[in-house]
Parts: sequence; structure tokens; C-alpha cells
Amino acid sequence: MLVPTVVLSGIGLLSGLGLALAARAFAVETDPRQDRITEALPGANCGGCGFAGCGDFAGAVVRGDAQPDGCPVCDQETRRLVAAIVGQTVQDRAPRVALILCQGGDDVAAKKYRYNGLASCASAALLGGGDKTCGAGCLGLGDCQRACAFGAVEMTPSGVARIIPARCTACGQCVAACPKDLIKLVPAEATIHVLCSNHDRGPAAKKACAVACLGCKKCEKSFAEDPRIKVADFLAYIDYEHAPDDPALAALCPTGSLVCSGAAAPAAERTS
Amino acid sequence: MKFRGGVHPSYHKDTAGLQIETLPLLHRYVVPIAQHLGAPGKVLVAKGDRVARWQPLSEPVGFVSVSVHAPTSGTVKQVAALPHPLGRPMLAVEIESDGEDRPWDGLAPPADWRTLDPAVLRRAIQAAGVVGLGGATFPTHVKLSPPAEKKIDLLVLNGAECEPYLTADHRVMLEQAAEVMEGLGLMMRVLGVTRACVGIESNKPDALEALRRACPADVAAEFMLLETKYPQGSEKHLIYALCGRRVPPGGLPMDVGCVVQNVGTAVACLEAVRDGLPMTERVATVTGAAINVPHNLRVRVGAPLLDVLAHCGGVTPDVGKVIFGGPMMGIGQFDLDVPLIKGTSGVLCLRDDEAARFEGGPCIRCGACVDACPMGLVPSAMGLIAERFRFEELGDWHVLDCIECGSCAYVCPSRRPLVQHFKRGKAEWRGILEERRAKSERDAKRAETAATA
Repeated sequence: MLVPTVVLSGIGLLSGLGLALAARAFAVETDPRQDRITEALPGANCGGCGFAGCGDFAGAVVRGDAQPDGCPVCDQETRRLVAAIVGQTVQDRAPRVALILCQGGDDVAAKKYRYNGLASCASAALLGGGDKTCGAGCLGLGDCQRACAFGAVEMTPSGVARIIPARCTACGQCVAACPKDLIKLVPAEATIHVLCSNHDRGPAAKKACAVACLGCKKCEKSFAEDPRIKVADFLAYIDYEHAPDDPALAALCPTGSLVCSGAAAPAAERTS
Repeated sequence: MKFRGGVHPSYHKDTAGLQIETLPLLHRYVVPIAQHLGAPGKVLVAKGDRVARWQPLSEPVGFVSVSVHAPTSGTVKQVAALPHPLGRPMLAVEIESDGEDRPWDGLAPPADWRTLDPAVLRRAIQAAGVVGLGGATFPTHVKLSPPAEKKIDLLVLNGAECEPYLTADHRVMLEQAAEVMEGLGLMMRVLGVTRACVGIESNKPDALEALRRACPADVAAEFMLLETKYPQGSEKHLIYALCGRRVPPGGLPMDVGCVVQNVGTAVACLEAVRDGLPMTERVATVTGAAINVPHNLRVRVGAPLLDVLAHCGGVTPDVGKVIFGGPMMGIGQFDLDVPLIKGTSGVLCLRDDEAARFEGGPCIRCGACVDACPMGLVPSAMGLIAERFRFEELGDWHVLDCIECGSCAYVCPSRRPLVQHFKRGKAEWRGILEERRAKSERDAKRAETAATA
């Protein structure tokens, strides 16, 4: 009884000693700052920064390959903390939110053919740009929804994607996933948006979708001194650097493509 | 030799006995600038310009690029993005015919190909805007300019026409046999090869006989009747069937010393040199159960589909689908306001009950697609991977070797949209490869700067 016990314990001790030595000899040197940054980051591994995950991003920050404010998900507090760990400072950045620049559901937008292929926007887009008559419209097959790690994209009953601002972290994965390039990151406090991406002339746009921007310039003319809303190439766009916030602007729009949040784009729900 | 895989769809070559008829001059033509694979040309005309027949409407912007030419004389109504058979509106020149059909005075003089230098012939073929008429519309002069390190010893003339319904090539071989063979001789001269093979499916023995009889003494061509099996007309399979050479994965026919050209392309090359005429027309089969009077039609490129259908007695009320090309690889049209282009080998009008719309089911692992795939791929596994959006794995399954022939989807008892999966998969995999290339370039650059610093 005694002999096997001693022998086994001896083997155990020797192996343990070996392992301990190996751990010393082959230890991988990591910058302790990298671990601290990883800990500070949200840990969602969403890839919004362009790196493989939070750990990879942390390593890149320590090496100087990434800016300390490169994580689009974390709040201002965390960004400052990450910057402090590598001895830098970051400028405060206004929180942003993703916005889908289309509200042309099946109830208002015409279709040019019946699509019965794979339920993926990118597949549908290979077939003549998708089944919507509007060449710029949301295909409603949910590529953005699948790309979102935070459950911030919902599909409306009429088949267009919509962002739930309260959940959106502006990581930008949906922006990359949309084959129609319909999603933009905009300042969270902006309230006036043009929810259309159609550059067709008025009649063509109207035929394609009831809520398309016709390029009628009503908004631009009424705010003649205001450079913050302009019509270019038959589509109104907003300069988000100086975003307008007058609800009267949205009321002017004959098709409802220009909206004031609170109504169609509830960006004000956003709390953080 | 017989290639592995393939399918035997019902052939419906009902129009094989119909002589080629020439579509009368129309009032209006819509000529897209992009009718070939490669860079679209630069537009040379503007709204209001008067153009003559065969006048160039665009000029090539590089080597893999060709011009398009005016199908008739008239006035340019607009240069704008107009409906295109490939689905998206594309830049096109709309011409209102003046009814005179006045030829352009800048045409190249007729010449004898037997005395001209290959380089001169190549230039004439590019200037005439000749593209492969089999359907892929690759610029012909590019295929006829293999790089010096690729030794070409065999020109393959493709008269297989394996797509069901289509009989345009068949009629060209019967009615223009002498021109096809002259054109073959011309292309052999351009490539500097002494050997040519003509491959024709066994359901067209009359075409083979016609070509054999019309073969000039100075054109050394071998004729072979091949098994009637889809996709016999695919370059790689045709080469294997004719001479047993296997094009390596990811390779081109030139890797095994071959160049493949369609019979219609041979005629176009001949016309470009012998008559100095640019490619402004082609033969297309208008057929299917939903067209009143099927035709083999000589159509000027840019002829609106509606006019073509009207000439064929219009479509029946129960028309369900209109396809450009054949039923296996053709492109369904959702807008009848498109023109016929250089690559339109046929217009197939199917009845609503023929154009079944399938709901794809789950894969039952029966392996029928594996037996059917002429490229030796495993469509079942690739479909499952693509369905789960795991595109980065598709490269290991050689998705880029898929020729999108549709044999797998044709035999699938579960009606799975396999070709659609692979089209998407190929696009995604190419994107991934491009990304990796860009990343490795970035890394190399970074390593370089780190080394110098």
C-alpha cells in the first residue's frame, strides 16, 4: 500500500514540477495593459472595430495599430479608460446610432418580379438588384438583422428593416451587411432624417414607392438660408454635422420620406 | 470520350427545321454599351446625333473591351440607363430609325484573310466588336490572343448547342456552313494552329455533314459527333470529349493548348474581315410553348424584345416566363422592355404551368447532384454550407470551379436552389479572397515600414 502511494505521489510531484518549469520557460509575454484593456471593453466580440474580437483590438491598441477610441460600442467612460491605460487622451464623441434609409415596405413599394429564392438580401441583390422596383430599396430579407450581435434590428410587418435605437451600439456590422448600402451611422440626438435612398427623378421614384423622396425641393426651398438640408441628384440629404431639428421641416414633405423622429424613427428613445 | 456527370433534359428542338428569317427593320433600337464581359466602352455619340448603320457607338477602353455599333441609320434619341437583359438598367444608346439603313462610310475595306497578318486580323476582329456568341460574350480577340507562354495547338469549334430549345447554332451550321468553315480557317490563321476539331452533338448529324461538305481544302478540321448530353457545350467538357485533355481546376482551355469558339462567332469573325462589317446582328431562336409562331430569327442587336415577340405572332395569354437563352442557364426577364443583345442566343417563352416555381426543401443526402455534377463537385455539401452562410468554407469545396450549368438543381428531388446558392457563394468567396489579398498586402507594407524604422 505504501509503495504505490509513494510512487504515484512521486510521479505527480515530478510532473507538476515539470509543468511549472515549462510554464516559466515558454511563457508568452503579454503586455499587462492588453489584459486591462480587454477587461474594460464590452466583451461582445462584435467585430465592429474591424478586429477579430475585443482581445485582438486590445492588442492592436497596445501596439499602436488602433486608436484607443476605435471601439464603436463602448461608452465615453470606457473610451477614456482605454486611452488612459495606454497613456493617451481621446476626444468626446457624440453617441451615434444606425439608421436605415428606407421605409418602403411591401405596402407602399412596388415590386418588379416575384422573388422566391434564398431568404438573404445579398442573394436577392444578385438578381437584377433585388425584387423592388426601386433600385435602392430595402429588400427586407434580414441580412442586417442576422449581422447584429445586439438584437437591435427588427423587421416591420411590411418587410423593411428598422433599427431599435435603444439597443443599437453603432458597431456598424449592419452597415457592412446591407448589400444595398442603406444603413448609415448618424448622431443619436439628430431628430430629422431623410428615410429614402432613391436617386430617381420624381415620376420614376413615385411609381416605385409611395414614400420615396421625389427631389421636389420643398424642404430645401422653405429653408433657403439653411444649408443643413439640401437636395442633390433628386434626393434630399441632411448635413448631420449641423442637424436641423425643426419638426415643421418634416411636415413639409409630401411623401413622408423626410421624417421627424418620435414619429417614424424613435431615436429619442435612446437613453445612453 | 464521354465526360462524367451531366443530365438529359427534354430537348424540345422544335425549331430545328425552320429556316433563318431576317427580322424586318424596326423603328427603334436600344443598344446597351455593355454587351460583353469586360470593361464597357466609352460612348461616342450624344442625343440628337445622326448615326449610320455599322457606325461605332462606343470605343473600347482597354484590351478586354469592344465597341458596339449602330444597327441601322437614324437619330440618337437618348443616351441613358435603360433596361438591360442582365437585370439592372445600364447605359444604352436609343436610336430612332430613319428607314434608310444608310451604311457608314468609315467601314474597313473588304479583305482576304488568307493574305493578312494575324495581328491585323486580331485588330479587325476587335474593331468589329466581335464577342463569343455562345452566350458568355467574352471578347473574341482576347481569346485569340493567348499569352506567349501558352502554346496553342488546337482550335475547337463549338457546335454542340446543348441547351434545350435553342437551334440558332444548328441553323447557322446548316445555312452558313461555308462561312462557318471559312471563319474557322481565319481563326486558325490568327492563332497559328494547324489543327481544328469541330464538336457537334449527335442530335445534329445534318449540321456535321453540312460543315464537312463545306470545309475548304486548306482548312484542316476533324469532325466529331458527340454524345447528346447537357452540358456538352461547356468549353471544358467539349475539350475533354474531343481530345481527352482536362482543363485544370481554376484554369482556362489555353492551359491545355486549346481555344474554343462558337460557330456563330466564326461567321462574325469572317464578316468582320471579309466584308469589313462590325457585329450588329446575330441569329436567335424564339421558341417555347407560349409563343404563337416560333422562329429562328436574324436579329439586329438592340431590337426591342416586344417587337421581336410581335413578329413571332406575340405570346399566348398563358405565358408564365420569358427567358433569354436556354432553360438551363438562361436569364428570366421581368421587364419586356429590354433589347436583344449580342449574347442573346434565344428567347424562350414558357407557359405558366411549365414555368414551375419551386419551394426548395431540405437536403435528403441522396447524392443525385453529386452524380450529375459535370465538374465533379459535391453540390449537396456545398449547398448546406452556403445555406448557413459559412462562405469561407466554400473555397475548400472548389466553389469557383462551378460552371453554374444547373445539372445539380435539375436532378434534385428536393428542388433545392443549388445554383443560386453557388452564385452567391462564388461572389462571397471571391470577396473573401480579395480581402485576404488586401490584408496580406497591408501586412507586408507594415512589415516593410517596421524593418526600415
